[in-house]
Amino acid sequence: MELLIKNGFVYDPINGINGEKMDIAIKDGKIVENVREQRAKKIDASGLTVFPGGVDIHTHIAGAEVNTGRLMRPEDHIKDVVRKTAITRSGVGYSVPSTFTTGYRYSIMGYTTIMNPSMPPLEAKHTHEELNDTPMLDKASYPLLGDWWFVLEYLQKGDLTECARYVAWMMSTSKGYAIKIVNPGGLESWGFGRNVHSIDDRVPNFGITPREIMCGLAKVNKMLNLPHTIHLHTNNLGLPGNYATTLDTMRALESVATDAKPVAHITHLQFSSFAGNDWRTLRSGAEEIAKYINAHSHITFDMGQVIFTDTTTMTADGPFEYTLYQLSGHKWVNNDVETETSGGIIPMRYKRKSPVNATQWSIALELALLVDDPWKWFMTTDHPNGGPFTAYPKIIAWLISKKARIATLKKCHKKAQKKSLLPSIKRELSLYDLAIVTRAGQAKALGLKNKGHLGVDADADVAIYNLNPEKTDIARKYKIARRAFSDAAYTIKDGNIVVKDGEILQHVDGKTIWLDVQTAEQVKVDEDMKRKFKEYWTVEYENYPVTDHYLKISDPRMIKADV
Amino acid sequence: MITLTPLRRFQFPVMAECINPDVFQGKSVAEIAALEAWEGNRKKKLGDLFKIKEDPAETPNITLTGDASEVRRVGIGMKNGEIVVNGNVGMHLGEKMSGGKITVQGDADGWAGSGMKGGLIEILGNAGDYLGSPYRGSSVGMSKGTIIVHGDVGSDVAVFMKGGVIKVHGSAGPFLGFRMRSGTVHIEKNIGNRAGACMTGGKIVVSGFMKELIPTFTIDGVKAKVKIEEKEKVSGPFYVFLGDLAENGSGKIFVSKVNNPHLGQYEKFL
Repeated sequence: MELLIKNGFVYDPINGINGEKMDIAIKDGKIVENVREQRAKKIDASGLTVFPGGVDIHTHIAGAEVNTGRLMRPEDHIKDVVRKTAITRSGVGYSVPSTFTTGYRYSIMGYTTIMNPSMPPLEAKHTHEELNDTPMLDKASYPLLGDWWFVLEYLQKGDLTECARYVAWMMSTSKGYAIKIVNPGGLESWGFGRNVHSIDDRVPNFGITPREIMCGLAKVNKMLNLPHTIHLHTNNLGLPGNYATTLDTMRALESVATDAKPVAHITHLQFSSFAGNDWRTLRSGAEEIAKYINAHSHITFDMGQVIFTDTTTMTADGPFEYTLYQLSGHKWVNNDVETETSGGIIPMRYKRKSPVNATQWSIALELALLVDDPWKWFMTTDHPNGGPFTAYPKIIAWLISKKARIATLKKCHKKAQKKSLLPSIKRELSLYDLAIVTRAGQAKALGLKNKGHLGVDADADVAIYNLNPEKTDIARKYKIARRAFSDAAYTIKDGNIVVKDGEILQHVDGKTIWLDVQTAEQVKVDEDMKRKFKEYWTVEYENYPVTDHYLKISDPRMIKADV
Repeated sequence: MITLTPLRRFQFPVMAECINPDVFQGKSVAEIAALEAWEGNRKKKLGDLFKIKEDPAETPNITLTGDASEVRRVGIGMKNGEIVVNGNVGMHLGEKMSGGKITVQGDADGWAGSGMKGGLIEILGNAGDYLGSPYRGSSVGMSKGTIIVHGDVGSDVAVFMKGGVIKVHGSAGPFLGFRMRSGTVHIEKNIGNRAGACMTGGKIVVSGFMKELIPTFTIDGVKAKVKIEEKEKVSGPFYVFLGDLAENGSGKIFVSKVNNPHLGQYEKFL
């Protein structure tokens, strides 16, 4: 099928196109130079903004912890019931939406690719089953490898090559895309009721430190030539004063960086940027962290913006979830995933009138606005930890308009208002910058060569918004922009028009992207390994790998490793 | 006054949130008939489901006659006005209402007055489970207002209650006042097991028989009278139990001494 998007204001930062009026031609699901105008279906985009399809680098939308979150929160679902239509399936929304609703809602906002960031390899089959049922989107998952016994064992021995082989094996076994590290060392310690409190604490039984795990895996990541960097959730996350740990972490990773390329992505950085000694004296550490990131090139991060709403927190960081339980006394879930990771879930209500929550809200925006290079940071809420992804248009408004930020800040707790740096920050993002932090930068950081741009041969994923950059001053009329980004005028997925004026036109399935890492010598699944499975896991080796037939549409990426 | 009469026996639950004096306010019969309601999975108009008649009497604002036992969510979130149901009514009656009055001549189904914030619900028959309790999973309980039930009530009454009064002239099922924080519940007859489990505050008054007390309560004394609300006291004497100690709670359960001689064993701890 041929499609021609005519006369839109195109923003394509990867190809340096900044609001030029031009046509985009699509043929057979790819962007092409041109199509024959008579035969092609035409979309009149005059007066509209054309972006590449949105890419979300970090959003918990599938897997064991998401599903447990769903089971745990019937009261969250009854608020937001979605009925079926002739095209879409029924479901429920709000903080942990059902799979179909997740797909539709992302698509309505113009998103086409999302990354599910925490998949315990043991739960990989379940995760892929849910991703298969998440329509409209291309997706990938990051297996949690930071506390996997095999990794810890080889890092302890100092054998990075063997460690790299196991990581490569795990990528194709769990059909994963990047190395996810959560509270390195802390999760293994949590199995014994303990945690690590700095990057140089020792992990029980293995005797190595979080520093060794992070740097080791960052080196492994390089040896394997993985497209994304390590995806890191820092130690001491969510605790006052943790910005010092975050700075230590970033300094430790300097040793891995040999060129100007990033070596680590620190995720939901807001939760890792608290200064102060306790909850009462909590203040923002954003300034120090932003200063460091501005001066170095080896780190990228995403915001982890807090939204003032009722949401559900879920993370592999079991000890942190326990801390939240002690603070709130709310219903909670905590578990230990054998040999791999842990997990926890607890509902959370972020309130404007809470000094802590309001400061958190401010920190995320400070981080984003104080880091000068938009290619270094991306917009997320760490869905659903900071708030549901459906709040993205609100964050866009805060980013593009000082007026919008100050309007919200004025409704916050007085103490948080006094501490906030936001009144002193003038920066307002342009649409070009916005296209970087919501799609282009994320695609680049993920190494997705055919996503996040509209150059020839890119996947024909396009979002068209009802916003005229010539007529609307987005910084002043932020409400118009917010509305435009809530309901895309058109979303095009693989060359098909799937959304028009905020309504789903057709139900399409997306691909599951995973890495097929080719190492010179492969991991031998020998008797020793099978014995380990017998001893340490509740599943036999034969039942462990995610086989190809588990993926509805499989999209393997061949990677040639250096080992 | 608007009178609604079901046109037939409903085979499926009817979700009629629009039956609410605030919604009907200032609308003509034709406009009311055009309001939206769901019967099972079909969207219908109120006029397709009910015969709607207007008469000049001022109060009550809405009367529901006939068999409305499948009609759910009547009076959700109402702020003022009066609804009278001349028969039975379905689930979620007066959920989250903050003012006004609902009277039910027959029985009400589960979740009547769930998460109520004010006003009065009077049920002359029996009430179902979860009277005044929040929806499953939620911890937002009844905070204000009054519920009076002349018959019996089911299980899980006054869960997460944090204010207001519930008075039951009949008996109550198990798990009364689970995780209750404040407010008062008075049961004139008997109650089921595990009353007050995990309660941290509030009052449960039992004038009838209570088979057993959960072990995390301790006896606090014997009292001759207990206050239910302004100008209303019931006479005992009552054993006063304090708990739930497993939650560091300071809730109180008052149990009639006369009707519960088997609880006399606690007196030796006084």
